[in-house]
Amino acid sequence: MDPVTRRNFIKSVIAAGATASSVGYLFRGPNTVIGQSSAPGAVERLITLNVNGQMRRVDVLKNETLAMTLRYKLGLTGTKLGCDRAECGACTVLIDDVPHYSCSVLTHTVRSRAVMSIEGLENPATGELHPMQRGVVEEQGFQCAFCMPGFIMSAIGFLKVNPIPTRQELAHGVSGNLCRCQDYDKILTALTKGAEYMRGASNA
Amino acid sequence: MPDGKLVGSNYIPPDHIAKVTGRAKYAEDFRADGMLFTKLLLSPMPHARVLYIDKEGALALPGVKAILTADDLPDLNGAEKALTNEPLYAGEPILAIAAVDEASAAAAIEAIQVDLEPLPWVIDPLDSLRPGGPNARRNGNVWAAPQPPVPGAPPAPPPVDTVKWTEQDFTDDEGEGGRLPMGRALEEWSFGDLEAGFTKADLVLDETFVVQSTGHHPMETRSAMAYWQNGKLYLHASTQSVAATVAGIARWCGITPADVVLICEFTGGGFGSKGAGAVSSAIPAMLSKKANAPVMMRISREEESYIGRARTNMSGRARVGFMKDGKITALDLFLVQDSGAYGPMGDHRSAGNAASLIYQPGAMRWRAINVITNTPPRTQQRSPGPMQADGIMEGIVTKAAKQLGLDQVAIRRINAPEGKAIYGPPNPNGTRLHTTSAFVKEALDRGVEVFDWEARKARSGQRRGPKVSGIGVAVGPHGAGSVGFDSIMTIRPDGRLYVQSGVGNLGTHSVFDLARAAADVLAMPWEKVEVIWGNTGKHLPNTCLSVGSQTTHAMTRANHAGAMDAKRKLQEIAAMDLGGSPDDYDIGNERVFRRGNPGRGLSYAQAAKRAIELGGRFDGHALPDEIHQITKTSAAGLVGLGLMGVAKDTYPRDGNTFSFVVGFAEVEVDVETGKVTLVDYLSVGDVGKIVNPRSLMAQLNGGSCLGIAHALCQKWVIDPQYGVTLARRFHHNKPLTILDVPNRLQATALDLPDPETPVGARGVGEPPVGAGYGAVLNAIADAIGVDAFRRAPVTADIVLMSLEHGRRMHEPLRAHL
Repeated sequence: MDPVTRRNFIKSVIAAGATASSVGYLFRGPNTVIGQSSAPGAVERLITLNVNGQMRRVDVLKNETLAMTLRYKLGLTGTKLGCDRAECGACTVLIDDVPHYSCSVLTHTVRSRAVMSIEGLENPATGELHPMQRGVVEEQGFQCAFCMPGFIMSAIGFLKVNPIPTRQELAHGVSGNLCRCQDYDKILTALTKGAEYMRGASNA
Repeated sequence: MPDGKLVGSNYIPPDHIAKVTGRAKYAEDFRADGMLFTKLLLSPMPHARVLYIDKEGALALPGVKAILTADDLPDLNGAEKALTNEPLYAGEPILAIAAVDEASAAAAIEAIQVDLEPLPWVIDPLDSLRPGGPNARRNGNVWAAPQPPVPGAPPAPPPVDTVKWTEQDFTDDEGEGGRLPMGRALEEWSFGDLEAGFTKADLVLDETFVVQSTGHHPMETRSAMAYWQNGKLYLHASTQSVAATVAGIARWCGITPADVVLICEFTGGGFGSKGAGAVSSAIPAMLSKKANAPVMMRISREEESYIGRARTNMSGRARVGFMKDGKITALDLFLVQDSGAYGPMGDHRSAGNAASLIYQPGAMRWRAINVITNTPPRTQQRSPGPMQADGIMEGIVTKAAKQLGLDQVAIRRINAPEGKAIYGPPNPNGTRLHTTSAFVKEALDRGVEVFDWEARKARSGQRRGPKVSGIGVAVGPHGAGSVGFDSIMTIRPDGRLYVQSGVGNLGTHSVFDLARAAADVLAMPWEKVEVIWGNTGKHLPNTCLSVGSQTTHAMTRANHAGAMDAKRKLQEIAAMDLGGSPDDYDIGNERVFRRGNPGRGLSYAQAAKRAIELGGRFDGHALPDEIHQITKTSAAGLVGLGLMGVAKDTYPRDGNTFSFVVGFAEVEVDVETGKVTLVDYLSVGDVGKIVNPRSLMAQLNGGSCLGIAHALCQKWVIDPQYGVTLARRFHHNKPLTILDVPNRLQATALDLPDPETPVGARGVGEPPVGAGYGAVLNAIADAIGVDAFRRAPVTADIVLMSLEHGRRMHEPLRAHL
């Protein structure tokens, strides 16, 4: 998949037949009024998404972002919206193992891809935490933790391409994520611990 | 007290699995059947009057359910409402529409016709003080000094006044080097002989500094969802405090506190901006009532820039007299504070107190004027006042040290507060307030050692390629604890301790730490402790606001008192059942037992059953008189569940509680690009006994980073032509990213208990901010010269222009650049 840039995003919106106005970000709920005149992008289409290893059937708008689908259609509220404009990374999810800002990905573009959100990290059979989650819990990596799901997904995605990063490389790997409690020191320590556990798990 | 096993040790907070799995629910994560969405109509003008609103077109649109205007909200005696008919800043909400979805609500907002009459406006406080300058409000431009309190009466709203300075006030100072003009001030205090102080001084400096405003911008905006059930409002909101937020919600909605159920188990940051909740939460609450359906209000990042609160910017001018050894003999401080459109803010008073505390001047005068502008509302931001004092004062102290040939640590050490340090204005009887304790000298000494100050000093000012290094140090002070709050806990027949916590959950873990103070008194293992928090339907005691670094101090005291009450009741029950007097009994291993005969006793589970049988004060049927009505109501909901410990903190306290953090910074300035890089940073906390080591370090590092951000990058910008906020998104506001700080931050704490509180703990959230701000500004000055800048943040532009021209070139006094 092409890297997500604003340009690609806007192109994608236009390709979907929707306008790239701010209305594109707004949410149209499941209880659409009958007889309503059809605004641009107002028609929902039933699609199938692969989310956290499950095939989910969901009605989406042409201009609906993945963050809104996850949060408001699939009940996966662990993905947070901090800015809705690709600035803060709180909404980061993995798409085919690559971190993406889900606020800036149109849902219809990920139909044939594997989407992983924070809720998909635990072992579905045992309920065991993902090694990265374990590292974050043990080091108490975050404070208010609103940014935590995004940081964890970014870190896991980054570690797939660089499994043994230096502390500085890991900082670069998650530099698309903002934290306002701002103990970046402890965040890095926790993610480093998680990276160690991930290596241990893959060697086991 | 028993030797604390839990207080002082790390633990995994009970909410952490929910957070790490995404199951933790923040305000916007809740759903309700038939939930509507709302969008807001924001004022495009910085000051205007709503003449007419045509709602017909909007109401005719499909899916639109209700429109809320300022007329639907109770009058708050002139204080800020969630909606207004006279917007005082661009971005202020005028009305809100509830519809079946956001797209419909947004379309309806577009269909609203509003007739606005533009009114005079001003965004820079000095422009408002100029002769003939505009007033931000129709009745004036400044807040007068607060009215003296009338015993028994609610505090009167402070009066708005009009003050204009003379041409002479401006021309005398503004021209030469951008010194802050000092016209008529409305607030003033002084102590000591100021002129004598200046006369005996070996060096007198007179400098001005402009401290910027910044939005708080917590990661979670102030989204909220509300519905009504059986006449009660259920509000899912994002607030720093839980028990202490209810009264505000009730007032904003015009209902009684008993009809409010606030649910907030998790808050995505606040930093002061959600201290007692957000006035905007009245919008979904009252729209829900009007539409007779649940309403979700999602606040966007841009909207958060308007209604999300900001720090008060402050311009300060200080004339300071120094002896040769660096001792400060006299301090004459003049502050112009920008309170924004609402307020009034009190940061200027805290700044004056802080300056008097950390520099301990022999004589001091404080004067201030508190200006109203048509800019977004301010509220306390992490270290409100003391942080601004650090910005205004630190550069002067650094400059004095350079001129006197003194070490930067030495000049701060000789002026440092110690023990029961005196501070602030004189009382009517001439005495002044004092701290409970201060160990700033010890903190400076510890930092010199840990930071290897002498080695860094040897290389500071050296140039390597295009890079010059510099080092800085600063002391950040802040009030760190209140007194007089309540606790409720029950030991139940299952043998567990249930602690009701009314503290908000911002991730500082003070919401849980207070229960560890209680568990220590009762020698209860942590796995047998349940903390109940985050929902005012769950019987929470009267609790301090989770603001101003007060929670850890206030609530460890209250819970210590409650646990002592429970312990006494255990001893009394044992004496009743097993003979002897209560004092013959001790506790341990979850039992109360006869001293010297551990076999003779009751398990906590047995004692809990006995407490229920005995009733009366043992299980909460009878309550102490001195506890707050909120606590009495909550305790009544827990009656008969077990042995109840319930008490008000009445422990004595000599002095007011302050914490101190010393920041040490090393920077590199690239003289070719102007880029400042923070190379290393250490904070040393004089914050009392350490309660939760890992969280304490997180507070030290996180608070430091907020201060560092203010020195290096963070700001907001308002267009002077149209009065509109330009910094509406993160990339405009420039908060610190993970790449802006060294990938190792150092923090340590003295762990010296405060003598005036039973657990020994003081608060920590605020003081690292001023320390970070001051230390980094000082390090930059050390690298490129003490006169290179007089405002923050010190951007590459400021650095380059100063270096190129050999003097500072930036706008000296203008606000919101």
